[in-house]
Amino acid sequence: MAQVSYPAELKYHAEHDWARIEGDEATFGITWYAQDSLGEIVFFDAPAVGTVVTKDEQYTEVESVKAVSDVVAPLSGEIIAINETLTSSPESVNEDPYGAGWLVKVKLSDPSEADSLMDASDYEASLS
Amino acid sequence: MSRYTSVTEQDLEQMLATIGVATVEDLFADIPPVLRLGRPLALDEGLSEQEVYGELRTLAARNVSTEDEVTFLGAGMYDHYIPALIDSIIMRSEFLTPYTPYQPEISQGGLQAMFEYQTAISELTGLPVSNGSVYEGPSAVAAAGYIAKHHNGRKRFVISRGVHPHAIETLQTLAVGYGMDVEIVELTDGVTKLPELDDQVSAVIVAQPNFLGAVEPLQEIAEAAHAAGALAVCSADPIPLGLLEAPGDQGIDVVVGEGQTLGNRLDFGGPSFGFFAVTQDLVRRLPGRIAGETRDMDGKRGFVLTLQTREQHIRREKATSNICTSQALNALAGVIYLSWLGRRGLVELGELLVQKTAYAREQLASLSGVSLSHTQPVVREFPIRIEGGVDKAIAHCKAQGINPGYRLSDDELLVAITEQRTRAQIDSLVAAVKEALV
Amino acid sequence: MSATEVKRTLSFTQAADDEKTIYQRSKPGRRAFTPPPLDVPERPLDELLPASLRRSEAARLPEVSEPEIVRHYNRLSKRNFDLDTGFYPLGSCTMKHNPKLHERVAALPGHAKLHPFQDPADAQGALELMWRLQYALGEISGLPHVSLQPSAGSHGELAGVLLTRAYHEDRGQHRTKVLTPDTAHGTNPATVTMAGYEVVKVGTDADGNVDIEDLRAKATDDVACLMLTNPSTLGLFEPQIKEIAEIVHSVGATLYYDGANLNAIMGICRPGDMGFDIVHFNLHKSFTQPHGGGGPGSGPIAVSDRIEPYLPRPQVVRRPGTGGDVGGVSSRPPTPNRSTNGEQWSYDLDYDRPKSIGRLRGFQGNFGVFVRSYAYIRSLGAGGLKEASEVAVLNANYLLAKLRQEGVLEYLPAAYDRLCMHEFVLSGAPMKRELGIKTLDLAKRLLDHGVHPPTVYFPLLVEEALLVEPTETETRETLDDFAAMVAEVLREAKEDPEIARNAPYTTPVRRLDEAGAARNPVLRQQL
Repeated sequence: MAQVSYPAELKYHAEHDWARIEGDEATFGITWYAQDSLGEIVFFDAPAVGTVVTKDEQYTEVESVKAVSDVVAPLSGEIIAINETLTSSPESVNEDPYGAGWLVKVKLSDPSEADSLMDASDYEASLS
Repeated sequence: MSRYTSVTEQDLEQMLATIGVATVEDLFADIPPVLRLGRPLALDEGLSEQEVYGELRTLAARNVSTEDEVTFLGAGMYDHYIPALIDSIIMRSEFLTPYTPYQPEISQGGLQAMFEYQTAISELTGLPVSNGSVYEGPSAVAAAGYIAKHHNGRKRFVISRGVHPHAIETLQTLAVGYGMDVEIVELTDGVTKLPELDDQVSAVIVAQPNFLGAVEPLQEIAEAAHAAGALAVCSADPIPLGLLEAPGDQGIDVVVGEGQTLGNRLDFGGPSFGFFAVTQDLVRRLPGRIAGETRDMDGKRGFVLTLQTREQHIRREKATSNICTSQALNALAGVIYLSWLGRRGLVELGELLVQKTAYAREQLASLSGVSLSHTQPVVREFPIRIEGGVDKAIAHCKAQGINPGYRLSDDELLVAITEQRTRAQIDSLVAAVKEALV
Repeated sequence: MSATEVKRTLSFTQAADDEKTIYQRSKPGRRAFTPPPLDVPERPLDELLPASLRRSEAARLPEVSEPEIVRHYNRLSKRNFDLDTGFYPLGSCTMKHNPKLHERVAALPGHAKLHPFQDPADAQGALELMWRLQYALGEISGLPHVSLQPSAGSHGELAGVLLTRAYHEDRGQHRTKVLTPDTAHGTNPATVTMAGYEVVKVGTDADGNVDIEDLRAKATDDVACLMLTNPSTLGLFEPQIKEIAEIVHSVGATLYYDGANLNAIMGICRPGDMGFDIVHFNLHKSFTQPHGGGGPGSGPIAVSDRIEPYLPRPQVVRRPGTGGDVGGVSSRPPTPNRSTNGEQWSYDLDYDRPKSIGRLRGFQGNFGVFVRSYAYIRSLGAGGLKEASEVAVLNANYLLAKLRQEGVLEYLPAAYDRLCMHEFVLSGAPMKRELGIKTLDLAKRLLDHGVHPPTVYFPLLVEEALLVEPTETETRETLDDFAAMVAEVLREAKEDPEIARNAPYTTPVRRLDEAGAARNPVLRQQL
């Protein structure tokens, strides 16, 4: 399993999701805290490319052996890519939650929404 | 102290002292006095074991069982021979008394038996995935409806009149909660001919063989369902599946059914079990417990309850079913029975049923005043029509210790044959009906 | 190999090949079944059942002889722990002794070989048994109208919510919500959704009871029902139950009782008297139906007068008269149908119920389970049932006190510091923090001690929960031993937490890869 980390370059949502913003696109995933609480991830119910996601609303689910968790969109937009490798290796979410364990890539509809997200130190503080 | 508890006076004194209360009454202090029953339950006092046995025997003696009459009653549950080895195994404490296998390390017996059962059901139905059992046949049909609802979100079930009436009624009861409609399609010449299906049909549901014993054209039905974007569901009688083409191989997506005939008692209707098998892409919607193979930390092969995130204890309101207790012991009897019949035996049993049924059907149809309601191929059951009504024939048969079958209507009777019905017994049925018609 | 290694790999009850499935033991041509003779004239099979309708290849079932089947399943059974063998304090499951008489009476051919479509006139014994069981359950619950039809507890819950729906619809009301406490068993919210309602959670206060103010706020006239367990899944009696009932009834909603915890209150108080409208029973809990490794069970329901019209059909009824005039055609001479107390009644299945919600399953329910439960009720009687509940509550409180005496509660404090009812919840959070082992690890190490662990991680409200229900059929010595065992595991963990973390060691298999089983499900033998 990965070591505890909350990379400084990412933005964080209170429901334990992160966003890597690159211009008007962003990559979403779940944080170290989320994967640790869930335990070993066994299934990711990938939404279809083209699905519209809305900030603060659930857009998919992630399952571990003993739990199901809603995954909330930190920002709004349209899904342009999903992480296909998670079908055969859902454990990447545990092993590398910010890298190989990314969930979806989104074309943002309102990049200014990023202002409402937390930075790494605020998010980490909120966990205690 | 009853025969099942063991608190002596001495125990009681010491236990109350350890807890730190003066009397047992003190333990119920949280219950407001106004709610206390304050009187004994209006039930008799307890009886000795021998008295209880005596009473249960007296009650049993007022039932006419299949040991007291020759029965041709079927219509969903059948008088097959149950081999002695089943009870000798399922009565073992290790199978009879544990709970659901939540601690797999000490439940490998039950989990492996479940895995073996799932394999057998998968073979019979022609579908890759089976669960570990559901309650029984009719509620399995309703449960199949629920997964169709989740699968395609459509509004209506189309169900053949050939499905067991109890299954149709159960689906109707539950469809109220699902917020869905149920459309019943009447049989045409004993089989199902589907009408045009629109894009609001969630699932098409038929039975194999159907309630009137006829073999249904499952391939056609599955194709019609799929063309309309609906799921194809079949409720099957497992013994005939030994001979008949597997529904899964004919395009059916969900095969359910009543498992009583696989090594389970009649028991006046329950407990038995329902089986439930689906295609690979429906596996995450499959209700109930499923055993899966895995390895332990030493590399040994073992089994666990798996895909538990489908279930109520994890997914709660989003679960595809609310089932908790299922029918593990009855399913165990089922897999032992299928192992006992074996690959050849199930086929031989089926062929025996076909021959005896054909004989009974032919003999009855040859009586003047008796006609066949349909002439479709059958495996073990068929309806006959009696001119002037069935009641006289039923009364006459009963007076001779024969139960001639299920009363379908004023003038129709459904006659079931099992391997226990000898030629002599079939001949006396025919003779009794003949006498009644005079 | 060293002496300890030899011990670990072999055991007189566990051969190395015990891992084989029945398919792996099969050999083509072996058989256990010999068919009875074909005594009718044989016709060509193709004429009777065209080849186009038949399978081309036989289903690949096992091919084994009878001795092989018996040995295979016998050996499998020895890889199971069970209640007859040892202590099984699974909270919420009521693992009490299964009396052996019950198998004998359930096997009587008059009961076991009775066809469900038998003419009621020829099933008077069965129908009378069902009627009497209904009566007894009605008396125990304080709600007189009983249906034995539902197959298990969650099936009874579904019946209850569908009855509620029918009740409201009959009054022209289309309510949309059902309230359940946040401590509810998973079947409650799953059932609510199946019945077409939205689940709304009601909070629990610091004492472990329903948060009355939260309930008051959420009890609107759009609420159809509140589903409650009393005692709760925390093992605590709801002292404000009357007030809860008033709040719920004042908005016209029904109050549903999840009977999973009935074992605490039989003969002491009754849900009907607390104001519940609908109650379900788990015959496989309080009424000793063996758990069977996961069923069969039975979930009858009892309802108040206002809900009675909607009960499932058919209902078992009785009418004055002798046997034989029940309807249906029985040519047997009317038997003097005397009940055991000399009265003359006839029993029947009543389908004429215009407002019924309909059927929930085939036939009339799990009759085999009714036989056992009825035998239990007759064995215990009024006094015995009350005693069972008193001892269940005594044993639970005693075990809690013993655990305290053994120092266990320091690491596994009781979630609520009060007397419990028939079960109690401990929290393993301090144990996790201070000893580095979780509730799961404690449970796995207890397997090595030869007991079934309590329920883990339920209810969800308590962190690292351990729900303990000893039941009334355990001796004091068993409870003492269990408390000592738990203390031993904690002591061991203080020395070396790794031991519990890698437990169990002495079971037929050790910890299994559940994540692997869920990621790559293998759900049948490949043949």
